[in-house]
Amino acid sequence: MHYAFHFNVVWAHWRDLAQGAWLTIELSSLAMVLGLAVATACVYAKAAGPSPLRWAIAGYIELIRNTPFLVQIFIVYFSLPALGISVGANEAAVAAMVVNFGAYGTEILRAGIESIPRGQVDAARALGLTRLQTFRYVVLFPALKTVYPALASQFILLMLASSVVSAISAVELTAVTNSLQSTTFRSFEFYFVATGIYLAMALGIRAVLGGVYWIRFVRRQGA
Amino acid sequence: MTRTFGLSEFLLILAAVRWTILLSLVAFVGGGILGFAVAIARTTSSRVLRLLTAAYIQAFQGTPVLMQLFLFYYGFAVLFDVQIDAWPAVAMAFTLYSGAFLGEIWRGSIEAIPQTQWEASACLSLGYFQQLRFVILPQAMRISIPPTVGFLVQLVKGTSIAAIVGFVELTRAGQLMVNVTFQPMVIYPLVAAIYFALCWPLSRLSRSLERRIDAGLGIKRHL
Amino acid sequence: MPVLALSGISKRFGRHTALDDVSLSVEAGEVVAIIGRSGSGKTTLLRCINGLEVPDQGDVFFDDRHVDRSRAGLQALRRHIGIVFQNYNLFPHLSVERNITLGLTEAKGLPLADAKEQARVALRQVGLEDKLAAMPAQLSGGQQQRVAIARSLAMQPRLMLFDEITSALDPELVGEVIDVLARLAANGMTMVLVTHEMRFARAAADTLVFMHQGKVWEKGPPAKLFAAPATAELVTFINAILPVAAD
Repeated sequence: MHYAFHFNVVWAHWRDLAQGAWLTIELSSLAMVLGLAVATACVYAKAAGPSPLRWAIAGYIELIRNTPFLVQIFIVYFSLPALGISVGANEAAVAAMVVNFGAYGTEILRAGIESIPRGQVDAARALGLTRLQTFRYVVLFPALKTVYPALASQFILLMLASSVVSAISAVELTAVTNSLQSTTFRSFEFYFVATGIYLAMALGIRAVLGGVYWIRFVRRQGA
Repeated sequence: MTRTFGLSEFLLILAAVRWTILLSLVAFVGGGILGFAVAIARTTSSRVLRLLTAAYIQAFQGTPVLMQLFLFYYGFAVLFDVQIDAWPAVAMAFTLYSGAFLGEIWRGSIEAIPQTQWEASACLSLGYFQQLRFVILPQAMRISIPPTVGFLVQLVKGTSIAAIVGFVELTRAGQLMVNVTFQPMVIYPLVAAIYFALCWPLSRLSRSLERRIDAGLGIKRHL
Repeated sequence: MPVLALSGISKRFGRHTALDDVSLSVEAGEVVAIIGRSGSGKTTLLRCINGLEVPDQGDVFFDDRHVDRSRAGLQALRRHIGIVFQNYNLFPHLSVERNITLGLTEAKGLPLADAKEQARVALRQVGLEDKLAAMPAQLSGGQQQRVAIARSLAMQPRLMLFDEITSALDPELVGEVIDVLARLAANGMTMVLVTHEMRFARAAADTLVFMHQGKVWEKGPPAKLFAAPATAELVTFINAILPVAAD
């Protein structure tokens, strides 16, 4: 092996890498919040909405789950201008991530909601709560607690998948790494460190989300 | 020079599907062999084996696929002084990726077999490998089929990322076509439709197998 | 020379003492019934005999030889000690016949034809010879438990352990299993049973062992223990189950 590792080149650019990592987190977090809103609306519509809407949402979910994220990104990226919306690559990336997370999120929430005993809903309706109020107060919150681990995992998957948005020139950690390695020719070192950063982010996010779970759900309610 | 999108362009894209399918199969079979060894290693009493395989799984489940491809491509050149082509690089990378995921799925299946089955077979004086071969693995295989088929869907979608490193599978073929026809809103939905045609039957198969197995073995599904 | 001898067995789970200095010996052909409340240590004691639990203190002797707790040692021991579980634990993916022949072909190395013949004999003893080709899921609880007994019996053990084998059965299915147990006892099998079935204990057991808080509280012939219990705890226990024992 004739290669001499030069990791010092990587450390010299730590600020750029840190910025890239932060952008990844920003994009993913924004996409997740919006995606969760979309998923909540979809799961409610799928349960309580009119038939054509239910079929449309089911179709949307199947479409997203059976096509690659990269292709979804391309389609969103090219369809936005066609719809008259002119946005940058990062905005298009978030849009694609929202569309993607929304589908998976709907399925996750649906499983959580189905685990709520029917008796809870009956009791709420008997107390005079409307369907929407019942959903909001009696169903959604306990369901969120149940599916929290699944949602946390999906968020990490989203964060990892965000590396692919570099393909439409969105700026996040992978894009930054790509440009750095092309100018310094230290490809292996940069990709190695960037992979390590992703791994650290994944583990870190899991720890943070675990802590949030404990604080929000366990301490407050007594498990 | 702009080509218009016609039958010959469509056939070119279809030809690239061969590579998507081939890459998926090679990775699935190779990863299957690797995953089997990993799953067994994860359930033995050897702490060293368990830690090593846990690290391997975390490395491939906690990092972006794109990064894995980059690292393989450049890592090979750096560590072994050999410039490998796109095909062997992506084939090996996806094999390792599959091995990690399948290993985790199959470990879960083995651990899902109740401890009482281990006890009953031990009390019939069977040794460890006899227990695995006659009692545990046959049952574990049965319940592992739906998530394994589900992973195959994930793998087929994942191969699209190989496009970013220049491997000409379905997505890359689509990109190349867009570059000469300037019709992304015709080509990318078509590409998505082809992936859907590949993945959706597998998804449905996985779901129906899951229902059949739950009913047959009376296994309780928890969230 | 006793087939089985337990001496000074103690076992703790965390802070809970499951067994406290328990000693017991079982002669060939003897039927020992262990009774007591839940949590009295009965099942733990049974599981210490064939190595499913490892005692913290004390010794287990089988045929006057100290039990070897290595993996190979336990594997050898279990060829001679059979166990039937409360939840039968049949192998759901194998037929009744294969459930029984598995131990014979793989652990004892018998040729399949011989194993099949022994399986048939064992099933005849439990009255289920016609169910050779059935799958466990097709059988009732009582039938599955009888197959579980046949599975252990086919290995021709010197000692058979039974861990509350009727507790998970619907009442109307208990009788068929008890009949099999009675027949085994009459044929001279050495048996140690943890049981709630007082009628059976009174009728078929040679020795009754009453356990309480991890200790052997009273021990002796069932007739004597039921007629003249020496301790208040046994009196309370008998009174609690008397309506059941009486009929």
